Formats: sequence, C-alpha cells, structure tokens
Amino acid sequence: MIGIAVSYIYIATGLHATQSSFFSTTLSWFSNQPYFRAIAKSRTWRLVFAIAVFLGAFLYTFAFSSEGFYTTSIESWRIVLGGFLVGFGTRLSSGCTSGHGISGIASLSTTSVIAVITFLIVGILTATLLEVMWGIV
Amino acid sequence: MNSNMKYFFVFTGGLLFGFGLAISGMAKQEIVLSFLQLKDFGLILLLGASALITMFTINFIPKILKKPLLSGEFKKRERNLTKKTVIGAIIFGVGWGISGQCPGSAIASLGTGNLPVLLGLAAMFLGAYIMGRFFG
Repeated sequence: MIGIAVSYIYIATGLHATQSSFFSTTLSWFSNQPYFRAIAKSRTWRLVFAIAVFLGAFLYTFAFSSEGFYTTSIESWRIVLGGFLVGFGTRLSSGCTSGHGISGIASLSTTSVIAVITFLIVGILTATLLEVMWGIV
Repeated sequence: MNSNMKYFFVFTGGLLFGFGLAISGMAKQEIVLSFLQLKDFGLILLLGASALITMFTINFIPKILKKPLLSGEFKKRERNLTKKTVIGAIIFGVGWGISGQCPGSAIASLGTGNLPVLLGLAAMFLGAYIMGRFFG
C-alpha cells in the first residue's frame, strides 16, 4: 500500500512523497533562517501530504479497525527524547525511513543505502541495549 | 502544473500512505520497537516491499512516460554522501530505538488516536529547528 501510494504520487506529479522534510519546510512559515527559506518551495504540498497521512490513519482506525483508537504505553520521556533525536537526525541526514528507506533505496542511491544500513543497525542496537541492560521494553 | 490537481494526487496518495501505516501496525511504537528488538520482522518486510514497488516505478515509468501525468518532470532524488548523512542517521537510529517513532509513523500514529505522540511530534519540530538553525 505504501509503495503504491509513493508510486501513484510519483507517476502523477514526479514528486518523491517522503516524510521528514515536512518538519523543516513547515518551519519555513515561522522562521526566516536561510536554511528554512531555501526549502520553502515544497512546503505546501508537504503539508497537504502530512495532513493526508494523518487522515488516512484516522480513516482506517475509525472505520475499519477492530481494535479502535490506540494510545502508546511508551513512557513520555522516551517519546520526547526519541522525537527530538529523530527530528534532528533525519534532517541532518536529509532523510528518514521513507526518504532514504523507500525513495532513496528505490532510486538506487548509495548515500541512502549507507544511511539505511546505519539507522537500522543503530536502531536495533539502541532498542536491544535498552531492553537487555535496563529492562526497558 | 495545475496545482489543484497536484494537491489532489498528493492528498489521495497521502491518505493511502497513512492508511497503509495504520493497517500494518507501524503507527504503533510498540510494534516498531518489537522489530528493533528483532522479535517481529513486519517492519523490514513492509519497508522492503515498499522500496521494491517504488524502485520499479522510479526506474521504469520514466522510460514509458516522458513526463508525469500532470506536467512537470520526474524528479531525481539525489543526496550527496557526507559526514552529516551518517551522523544524522546514527542520531536518528538512537531516537528510533528509544521511542519507536519515525517521522511518517508518528504523523500516522496521531491519526490512530495516539495523543502522547503529540509530544514526540513537537520534539521532532524542535529537533528539526535546531538542526536547521545551527547546523543547516
């Protein structure tokens, strides 16, 4: 479904439908820093895309899910600290799971292959160490 | 390009993207973490399948169609390999392993009613801001 969604947008518009740039381009409405100004051009379609991703997940949960709405059991400090590192890291790396992981790999980009291998290994090490060392599941 | 049509395709594609993240369970941080603890391989299968389908599209469709259905051009996604790519991927990996969130799954997660992820999304904006402000 996700591969089809990305393909559908690409065939229709030529755009790579990826996620993490949304955070930076949306900030361009609030900041005049050169970094944000330089990427402001794609901010409208990226905002439309993010709203649609939110609504698509809502539609599934509201209309089709047998489990109903969901709330995570992960502690808030992990959500906040993890979120901060994800926001910083994906933008420094110019891509996330969808940017490097789907569009980048699909474009046969060496940069993205290296990025994906790196974040997979580090992600697995981090989650596994937290579990093994401190029993944080 | 007729921008209303562009937004129509981005919007409907985004709906499908979010629907797919929710139906696959990847909007749940616990399921993402169970992959990162190597207990459940759904995430890597989903990521692999999505990348394969997209690989076919990106590499073959531009040979059949000269340009996207709406005018414009097929954009190439090019990123130069720098230290920032690798350091950023390491930092992202740590955050992913701590919280089970990544940008797309966090946005979809909010759609599944997961209000605590608002904190994570706010933190992602802060992280993206600090990166752009001081390291961009």
